[in-house]
Amino acid sequence: MRRAYATHLPAGELMGPSDVELLLSLADDELVLGWRNSEWTGIAPFLEEDVAFSSIAQNEIGHARALYELAARELGTDADALAFDRPPEEYRSAPLVELRRLEWARTIARHWLYETADAIRLEALKQSDDPEIAGIAAKIDREEVYHRIHAEMWIDRLLASEEARPRLEEALEELWPYALGVLDDDLRPTLVQRAEAKLGRAMPDVEPVSRGRHEAELAELLEEMTMVRRSAPAGARW
Amino acid sequence: MPEVFEVFRRERPGAPMQHAGSIAAPDGRFAEIYAREQYGRRGESDALWLVPRGEIEEIAEFVDEFDLKYRRVDGYSIKERLKEARQRAGTLEG
Repeated sequence: MRRAYATHLPAGELMGPSDVELLLSLADDELVLGWRNSEWTGIAPFLEEDVAFSSIAQNEIGHARALYELAARELGTDADALAFDRPPEEYRSAPLVELRRLEWARTIARHWLYETADAIRLEALKQSDDPEIAGIAAKIDREEVYHRIHAEMWIDRLLASEEARPRLEEALEELWPYALGVLDDDLRPTLVQRAEAKLGRAMPDVEPVSRGRHEAELAELLEEMTMVRRSAPAGARW
Repeated sequence: MPEVFEVFRRERPGAPMQHAGSIAAPDGRFAEIYAREQYGRRGESDALWLVPRGEIEEIAEFVDEFDLKYRRVDGYSIKERLKEARQRAGTLEG
């Protein structure tokens, strides 16, 4: 499949194509999840949570922007083009972030599963030989700390409630194969370990829903997300 | 039931803590995250204090049976008296 940006790839760049792939999968995850989380703006369970969750969504989109900028420099394009101008099949996002589940137990389950997986991925990236990748991972991680605190406190709260626990467990069960799909094979055992430590039970041994295929909801999301961009192809300014 | 926390914020080191507003949260952990998001995310604060409303001792009754108006901030004009006193002391300017 032809990549829309591949033709711009300059020869002898600092980063290898696999690094750019990595940046894009990270950026796409953050952009799509940021969008999904922002769907709660105005309708979260209560006002304070609305503000906090919207802020987390903004942070994720900020991370996506920084990652796209880094990738765009390598590819000779710009961040907006990477975020908005690719066809759905060229996004590298994990199916976990694409699912549209406007239900609080599932939202929290996904939020916690994603943040837990993302932490493992960022820890690995902070060790990268490429100082720019290590640097941006460290920078993103300093904000993600608060997302993790937020996710953990919600998980603890829901686990402690007789009404909420079964609903959360059901959501975790549904999303677990997707959570595994966020990470590459070598990092998955760490996710299993951390999930089991938190939940105090064994996680099911299932086939991961990996990157490379997309949920039907992604096309819909991109349609909505790129509406303004498409209406003003010359570049809208606000 | 959510608990209400009063939030105080400081704009910069050395400035006084001032009441910023309040937040409702299920417990102290939630309160901390919500206070960060609502009162610290825009660079408007250098520090925050969180105080559970239930821990605050409120005084809302002030006895003044003998109507001592001169002790109130709005009830007593001292402008003329101050002028006379300054005249007597020789410190009146202009």
